[in-house]
Amino acid sequence: MEDSVRQEIQGIIDSNDVVLFMKGTKHFPQCGFSATVVEVLRRSGSEFQDVNVLENPEIRQGIKEFANWPTIPQLYVHGKFVGGCDIVREMYEKGELDAVLSAKES
Amino acid sequence: MVEAEELEQRIRKGLTNVSHLVLTDLTGTKDHWEALVVSEAFDGKNRIEQHQMVYSALGELMAGPVHALALKTYSPESWAKQEG
Repeated sequence: MEDSVRQEIQGIIDSNDVVLFMKGTKHFPQCGFSATVVEVLRRSGSEFQDVNVLENPEIRQGIKEFANWPTIPQLYVHGKFVGGCDIVREMYEKGELDAVLSAKES
Repeated sequence: MVEAEELEQRIRKGLTNVSHLVLTDLTGTKDHWEALVVSEAFDGKNRIEQHQMVYSALGELMAGPVHALALKTYSPESWAKQEG
């Protein structure tokens, strides 16, 4: 991955408390897994920034290397990678997600 | 698409002592899979690390042949509780 792409991704993560890299937008997800995470965040009442990787091929590829995670969606909270669809849903079902979303930056 | 046998082979090769492995073809098209994996390799690892280990075992299969992979990972201990 080029440094400029890494910096762009880092910049997005640094400037948003909760950010979801996804296929489509939060108003129009274009993948079932992305839609699931959007729905979970909505139910949690969390404000979040969406980044549509379908509009940016460099970020789409770069984000996979960034977190050593080969799939999208990817959720970041306070600069930290939280997980993809399965993990976020599991955390929500176990009631663990609210604590992560409401935690102050450490 | 990829055959279940190949996924199983990679996972068993990449992770130590896989005691339980269930692969489900979610769509019948062999490219949307669910994997339930119980392995000693997951002991003491968080969920992100556990999933990364499976992705890593599958390597380049994740970059095309497997379009989607739903993961359920357990250490033997957490699996025992789950079964409880």
